[in-house]
Amino acid sequence: MSTSSAALDHSHDDHHHGPAKGFSRWLFTTNHKDIGSMYLWFSFAMFLLGGTFALVIRAELFQPGLQFVEPNFFNQMTTMHGLVMVFGAVMPAFVGLANWMIPLMIGAPDMALPRMNNWSFWILPFAFALMVSTLFMEGGGPNFGWTFYAPLSTTYAPSSVTYFIFAVHIMGASSIMGAINVIATILNMRAPGMTLMKMPLFVWTWLITAYLLIAVMPVLAGVVTMMLFDIHFGTSFFNAAGGGDPVLFQHLFWFFGHPEVYIMILPAFGVVSAIIPTFARKRLFGYDSMVYATASIAFLSFIVWAHHMFTVGMPLAGQLFFMYATMLIAVPTGVKVFNWVATMFRGAMTFETPMLFAIAFVVLFTIGGFTGVMLAMTPVDFQYHDTYFVVAHFHYVLVPGAVFSLMAAAYYWLPKWTGYMYDENLGKLHFWMSFVGVNLLFFPQHFLGLAGMPRRIPDYALQFANFNWISSVGAFLFGFSQLILLVVVIKCIRGGKKATDQVWEGAEGLEWTVPSPAPYHTFETPPDPSLIKDQ
Amino acid sequence: MASESSHSVYYVPEQTKFPFFASIGLFFMVFGLGSVLNDISASESATGSTWIALAGFTLLSFIIFQWFATVIRENHAGLNNEQLKRSYVWGMLWFIFSEVMFFAAFFGALFYVRNLSVPWLGGEGEKGVAGEFLWPEFQAAWPLINNPDSSIFTNPHEALNVHEWSLSFFAGYLPFWNTVILITSSVTLHYAHHALKHENRKRLIQWMFVTVGLGIIFLGLQALEYVEAYGHYGLTLDSGIYGSTFFLLTGFHGFHVTLGTFILIVMLLRCLKGHFKPDDHFGFEAAAWYWHFVDVVWVMLFFFVYLL
Repeated sequence: MSTSSAALDHSHDDHHHGPAKGFSRWLFTTNHKDIGSMYLWFSFAMFLLGGTFALVIRAELFQPGLQFVEPNFFNQMTTMHGLVMVFGAVMPAFVGLANWMIPLMIGAPDMALPRMNNWSFWILPFAFALMVSTLFMEGGGPNFGWTFYAPLSTTYAPSSVTYFIFAVHIMGASSIMGAINVIATILNMRAPGMTLMKMPLFVWTWLITAYLLIAVMPVLAGVVTMMLFDIHFGTSFFNAAGGGDPVLFQHLFWFFGHPEVYIMILPAFGVVSAIIPTFARKRLFGYDSMVYATASIAFLSFIVWAHHMFTVGMPLAGQLFFMYATMLIAVPTGVKVFNWVATMFRGAMTFETPMLFAIAFVVLFTIGGFTGVMLAMTPVDFQYHDTYFVVAHFHYVLVPGAVFSLMAAAYYWLPKWTGYMYDENLGKLHFWMSFVGVNLLFFPQHFLGLAGMPRRIPDYALQFANFNWISSVGAFLFGFSQLILLVVVIKCIRGGKKATDQVWEGAEGLEWTVPSPAPYHTFETPPDPSLIKDQ
Repeated sequence: MASESSHSVYYVPEQTKFPFFASIGLFFMVFGLGSVLNDISASESATGSTWIALAGFTLLSFIIFQWFATVIRENHAGLNNEQLKRSYVWGMLWFIFSEVMFFAAFFGALFYVRNLSVPWLGGEGEKGVAGEFLWPEFQAAWPLINNPDSSIFTNPHEALNVHEWSLSFFAGYLPFWNTVILITSSVTLHYAHHALKHENRKRLIQWMFVTVGLGIIFLGLQALEYVEAYGHYGLTLDSGIYGSTFFLLTGFHGFHVTLGTFILIVMLLRCLKGHFKPDDHFGFEAAAWYWHFVDVVWVMLFFFVYLL
């Protein structure tokens, strides 16, 4: 079937308007591809910034004793590293992918609400300018950890916490608008014939992620508002002297925080579910079960939050409920992992860079998942809580998990975005350096945690020295390897081997029926329904 | 193809200056607001910060006004097809859902302190141990009048909740009348909508006037209640957890009623200008949904903050 020529006819109908000239193109654009690109660049910049903060941490922890930074500044680094990576790097990167790919995947002319789409993006640079500027304020920036537990973030917080609160408010508004846009696009803009169960899994995972965002970002806004009131208006929500409870903060925060974890990983599942079938040259195994598993994980994410706070004291019934509910998540997650493995089983596999990152994702994310089951066990968690074991756990799901899927996505769709193939050798170099670096960085942290090293400290006892220097070496290796990605992307934008429309031999889906690079406007008339295949 | 025609004219505006400048306005508004609060906490003059906040707010309001005006103009020019209108419907629905979750956080906090943490602080159950060590004298109760440490958080004299189930009590109970007023306003707004659908502009405008009036009366009474609470009941933001939850819930609800009333006033002005058609008035419908949502939140408030 000559899929590409059919799509070409459609996209050539309406070529009266290209991008606007000059810098105002980026400020005032309503184009989902422009906005997607801005999100991706912004998130990459934040990734480097948050990574720099992480390297300050790892430099300090290279050996015991205080070398480079004051403890208070160290705390600001752990806090800012977490906030910047979660809200500035991972989330916007997935929104960028959603912007670029969802309209292309469902055959829509653009996102449903293009002007609001631009607003969702442009709030972010301002929000992060406000947040990062707190580092230079009198009294320093937020130093209470990215989870900003009260009373550290209220009674004992530096005065810059007020700006932190407002920064969270406006980035929350940005996320909610982005999520509303995604939902309206997916529910309302699908091309004729694109039924829900024919949507690529990336679209499905984003639909469910958007629901999670709309449900929990307002709760985050609520909890920071209560902080603001405790700090400036004398309320006692998180102060037991007035009848409040600091633990209330943790309940509210984690009611947001746990679904937030899935906001960062569900789209990653979608990316991997797109890449593995392409390079295994087989259909995705168990599409329906993938959809149902995603929905189950999203549902369960709302009823497990207190597993983050087993040690604060909770009635026994509560501990048991949250323990079993948490373990239940392993079931749908297992469904996904087995489906990816089954997709690869007896496939005609090749190992281009996106596939390498995707396979590494499956293996390393699963390690993070296993440690998650360990942490879910209440009595065991009493031992692991607040140690480096927890740090190792969530970095395994977030770095070789979410971040690797983002790398995979970047390599996978880069030819579609730029029209050129990226440098495969540099890509592979980037992968292997990242792979070795990330495991050197985080695997020893399991042992440190099991041996009792607490997290968020600038100094530690001598017996932890060996694993810490290994971890720090891994951190610098991993960190500087990311510059290779920057080189690859810039090289790819500037030229290289021309990419075909389909780019990858085994790629299926509407995004591969439009030319490479994808024209400024695509699917202004819907694609031919015969192009939409069963999953 | 039949289905193509409805899809092919989805209106995608070329460029827009609104969002970028709205972001600038938003930034200066929150930066100014944060500075105002910090200045006050540090006992410094907040004049400069206030001007920054106001400038940001003015810019943001101006942009949003222009933005909505543009959307309305586009609709009048016939640029919005059925599909685009559905996007607005989905957008409004999920925006309201996000508001529901915002209030859910505050209601959740109320349930948690009432049913769990305050009893624990009073020594109840296996978690009561800490309470025994912290404030052994403390007695759990709701509404909480005697705070654990009343030297930090001054006790209120009296609570504002229903403490007597009699007709004479409710007849003089301001929140009860506010409930009646707000529910009535939802009904009158429904009549206005009905009149709009049946092309009866005179009735539409009359009912809109009534609805806006009821909204303003509600806000007036709510302000009166706050004055009473501060003046006579000693119930303030810093009078412990009962006052904290009371003012947070009713305050944010009041803020939403203020916003809702403002939206309804805009709708009324648009009705007077001859906007809206019986089969095309989503702006009006969205405003009505918002008002009904605010009404439902109040009913919940009345139950959980005042009645129970």
